Amino acid sequence: MSRKILIKNDHIPGINTLEVYQKYGGYEGLKKALGMAPDAIVEEVKKSGLRGRGGAGFPTGMKWSFLAKPEGVPRYLVCNADESEPGTFKDRYLMERIPHLLIEGMIASSFALGARTSYIYIRGEYFYILRILEKAIDEAYAAGLLGENILGSGFDHDCYVQIGAGAYICGEETALLESLEGKRGNPRLKPPFPAVKGLWDCPTVVNNVETIAAVVPIIEMGGDAYAGIGIGKSTGTKLISASGHINKPGVYEIELGVPVEEFIYSDEYCGGIRNGKDLKAVVAGGSSVPILPKHLILKTATGEPRLMSYESLGDGGFATGTMLGSGGFIVMDEDTSIVRNLYTFARFYHHESCGQCSPCREGTGWMERIIQKILAGKGTLADIDLLWDVQSKIEGKTICPLGEAAAWPVAAAIRHFRHEFEEYVTRPEGIREVRHYYRVNRLETV
Amino acid sequence: MKFLHLCARGFPFRGQGLSQGRSNKMTTTQYIKFSDETLALAQRTIKRYPAGRQKSALLPVLHLAQAEFDGWLSVPVMDYVASLLELQPIEVYEVASFYSMFNLEPVGKCLIEVCHTSSCWLMGADDIVKHLEQKLGIKKGQTTPDGKFTLKTVECLGSCGTAPMMMIGADFHENLTLEKVDALVKEWDGKGERSRYC
Ligand SMILES: Cc1cc2nc3c(=O)[nH]c(=O)nc-3n(C[C@H](O)[C@H](O)[C@H](O)COP(=O)(O)O)c2cc1C
Ligand code: SF4
Ligand code: FES
Repeated sequence: MSRKILIKNDHIPGINTLEVYQKYGGYEGLKKALGMAPDAIVEEVKKSGLRGRGGAGFPTGMKWSFLAKPEGVPRYLVCNADESEPGTFKDRYLMERIPHLLIEGMIASSFALGARTSYIYIRGEYFYILRILEKAIDEAYAAGLLGENILGSGFDHDCYVQIGAGAYICGEETALLESLEGKRGNPRLKPPFPAVKGLWDCPTVVNNVETIAAVVPIIEMGGDAYAGIGIGKSTGTKLISASGHINKPGVYEIELGVPVEEFIYSDEYCGGIRNGKDLKAVVAGGSSVPILPKHLILKTATGEPRLMSYESLGDGGFATGTMLGSGGFIVMDEDTSIVRNLYTFARFYHHESCGQCSPCREGTGWMERIIQKILAGKGTLADIDLLWDVQSKIEGKTICPLGEAAAWPVAAAIRHFRHEFEEYVTRPEGIREVRHYYRVNRLETV
Repeated sequence: MKFLHLCARGFPFRGQGLSQGRSNKMTTTQYIKFSDETLALAQRTIKRYPAGRQKSALLPVLHLAQAEFDGWLSVPVMDYVASLLELQPIEVYEVASFYSMFNLEPVGKCLIEVCHTSSCWLMGADDIVKHLEQKLGIKKGQTTPDGKFTLKTVECLGSCGTAPMMMIGADFHENLTLEKVDALVKEWDGKGERSRYC
């Protein structure tokens, strides 16, 4: 079921240059787009069924059609290249290998939305990718693909890259806009949504790197053809970042609908678990989504094979399911301590909370410290209940979804692995025996 | 968490007021000035934004400032950036203290940042940290007395598929082994220059 659309040419030497990119059909999609009516492009994106690849999975065509278009007010397209969700590294791969695909998508999407200027907001640590993008943008300007009167169409467009400075919260779209305005990355209250009041209070569309890149093949093949790929409402392909205890970590483009079992075990993808170990659990869509134990990630609660799609991964709700999220697929083998792994997530969210809302600011700190106490062998059974209580009091009570993103992994770990928490508090003397992680250089665990 | 951190430690400079500024050449504003080359870069950055929106250039310009002035942002450096972008100093301080990549205290010539989030932890990041602590004789968060190395742990840097990983300055080092770490420390021990910031 391997189906490559976005990164089909990723191994061609020099594909990062304009010359080679164009030799393999690059910017043909843009040429086609500039010959269409902008609304017709939005229509094709709607027909394609493309859903945002940044994590929330919101239909892109619908988001585009919400964009307010008051007379005389500029509109903006902003690309979210903040990619800080633990377990996710697909946007980096795409920008590093095929930077022109993103830029082509930015120009074509901006044309569809009527945006004279667009910005790519990239996380601060990706400095070397900033250089790659800037070089590609320079090439595009020199070739008349950016600037005034692009390819004689009468459409003018400028695209700039803005660098962040290390803050996961700036991936949240309104925090990103604040940061782009040169401020602290504090998410805004919604509504108004960015489509009405975004960058400098102007109507703005914020889309993920992979979403914008996917617009190019959609224009090339047409929305209906794209909708024919994938399964049900999960149309098209998705980049999956696979990491953890697997034989072949990396970025894979899959046709949505590939069985999870095939994704983990086939040689085409992850190539199975390292050292012939057994699978214990998977975080399927980046750190924010609920962790699932082996039996629930391979099959749904009703015994259907679990597929890599928005619907199938979500089957069973949070009781027995999870989410596709950003496609950050973290695999853990039988020796992994779920509690210790959860600690890395809890510490992460505590570190990254912007501090505006009490439930998130205080709750993330409490969760980190309670887990730390349990790990140290000083926890009690009541602490497990306290942990559950704290996480349950965050959801739905915060300005942005980071609060939920911090609570869900904790809830899921307790829901599916309560026995492991209990072991930590009832048998603290056994903790030293709990094997934690791979030793560097060695094929054994400690 | 940055917000609390400010309240707890005193806004915003961790006990390093203007008068106690540790850096020699930066104690008075008059000596702080971008080189012509950096100034041109900063001005080019400002032009990316509509008139009156020059504040948007703050993050990129702070990166330039950090690269130019020894890898950290002293109060006078931030004041200089404020004047350059026609901002109030507080607008610069509050931003500089929010983002983890801006250092508000001096750092060693070689800044090592080891990722310790899930995927890296699963692949042995704790071993890397322990090894570096022993080798450098410091704890994470500290700088060696000779000012050569600073060791930090950081959250996921988007290299989870090539874990464990660390950054030295702006460079990624992936699929780490203890031997690779040893070789890097040796290389940097012999170097006179500062790790590339951007
Ligand atoms: C805390 C938080 C972090 C996020 N980080 C990212 C990110 O790094 N990249 C991204 O594309 N979307 C991220 N998102 C989702 C964005 O808010 C937004 O939904 C997305 O950029 C929209 O683009 P899409 O519709 O193309 O997915 C994050 C959301 C939250 C709440
Ligand atoms: S939920 Fe957390 S990160 Fe989001 S706005 Fe509130 S405090 Fe900030
Ligand atoms: S977890 Fe270390 S780079 Fe992602």
